[in-house]
Amino acid sequence: MSANNLFFSRFFLATAAIGCAGLAFSAEPDPARQKELVHLVRQDCGSCHGMTLKGGLGPALLPETLHDKPAEGLAATIYYGRPGTPMPPWKAFMSEAEAAWIVDKLMTEFPK
Amino acid sequence: MRLLLSFLFALLLSACAGPQLRGTGDLGLIIERASGHVTLVNTTVRQPYARIGGLGDLSHASAVYSRDGRYAFIFGRDGGLTKIDLLEAKIVKRIIQSGNAIGGSISQDGRIVVAQNYTPGGIKAFDAETLELLSEVPAEYAPGQFSKVVGLADTGGNRFAYALFDGGEIRVTDFSNPRQPTTQRFPAGSQPYDGLVTPDGRYFLAGLFGEDGVAMLDLWQPEKGAKKILENYGRGQEKLPVFKMPHLRGWSVAQGKAYLPAIGRHEVLVVDVATWKEVGRILVRGQPVFVMARPDGRQIWVNFAFPDNAKVDVIDTLAGKVVHAFEPGKGILHMEFAPRGENVWLSARDDNKVVIYNTETFAKLGEIPAESPSGIFFTSRAVRIGF
Repeated sequence: MSANNLFFSRFFLATAAIGCAGLAFSAEPDPARQKELVHLVRQDCGSCHGMTLKGGLGPALLPETLHDKPAEGLAATIYYGRPGTPMPPWKAFMSEAEAAWIVDKLMTEFPK
Repeated sequence: MRLLLSFLFALLLSACAGPQLRGTGDLGLIIERASGHVTLVNTTVRQPYARIGGLGDLSHASAVYSRDGRYAFIFGRDGGLTKIDLLEAKIVKRIIQSGNAIGGSISQDGRIVVAQNYTPGGIKAFDAETLELLSEVPAEYAPGQFSKVVGLADTGGNRFAYALFDGGEIRVTDFSNPRQPTTQRFPAGSQPYDGLVTPDGRYFLAGLFGEDGVAMLDLWQPEKGAKKILENYGRGQEKLPVFKMPHLRGWSVAQGKAYLPAIGRHEVLVVDVATWKEVGRILVRGQPVFVMARPDGRQIWVNFAFPDNAKVDVIDTLAGKVVHAFEPGKGILHMEFAPRGENVWLSARDDNKVVIYNTETFAKLGEIPAESPSGIFFTSRAVRIGF
């Protein structure tokens, strides 16, 4: 196989993979990134919200406390912060899609 | 000769059989936040000697000591209050005293342990011997509204000073009669996030998150009320985001000056304790979290909020600037000086170890494995006001 062909076949495979992932989930982070995000939430968000997410200086982030709040608003709070409160913006450390993934996990069951 | 030898041998045997006597001045503990364990350590040999589990949720846990340094009282996030015997290396008593706690303190006479709570907001006093509940003071700042309590610190006469995050108040509760405490209230400012009592027990300072400034109450003349110091230190400039709240304690005071973390600025503010005026500010490499003086006050060690929590800056108080900047590990959450400051222990949470450094040469002396270590507390705190 020529170098050119190799490039194209890889390109095609990668595109196909992204396409499939896009159908199944909207931009689910890859497993390594998921692990990083879980660590970030438990350890660093945990300094205010508690490592078990039961709340501290910041409110609890458990499914029962979040269920009546719109997911988009919660993702925006993570991404842009909340002026007037100690909640800072986390946009330098994640994408909007990753913030949405975190909210989705928080509202169902957050990984250990 | 043979007789002497056998006598010595017998002496040796009996020494092995009987309980070994020892003091507690060089002992301490490391909180392992994720697994509900504490590791007990000896600061002379710089080694762990026991590990105790079953302490519940220890995120943001802290400890205070009985005046003989034998017992540690550990306040867990889940409201657990655990009394540990450092000599026998075991739990003596454990209660769940609230839904969500943030720390505690012990009275001047060592008889009362007071916990500060987020949920339900308020403080609770316990008998240090039995952990029996003596009284509670809800942090009700408006009818039916309860505040999270921050900054609880012991002062003279079994009084405790603290601040209300949601209520914007400083309070002083007197437990001279522990079953019938009395409380004074002082308006302080917007969102106090933590507090400290100066090492002489005279002043209570509450750092404010909601405005640029620090509220200060003279506990010798409380009738004068709380006043603002360091007002408008940010000079109206936009704040940098704060990814972790700084912590205040009496360790910030050194050589007649208080070294305080600026909120939303990568600076340590220097205040003259005689006049309470700003006398300088020192640029550091992140949002300061702990700004701690070595016991002799020559150095100030500073760690930082995420994402700069691998870094540590050391300020020389004589030179008035950072003289050593390094990265001792991943996720440096806390530090504790040996009682007289010749070395410092730092928790490297994401490296799962505590690292020990010489404070003169900055050479690494060793490390101790620990699972997600956070707070480190040595028994030398037992004899200090406001710890």
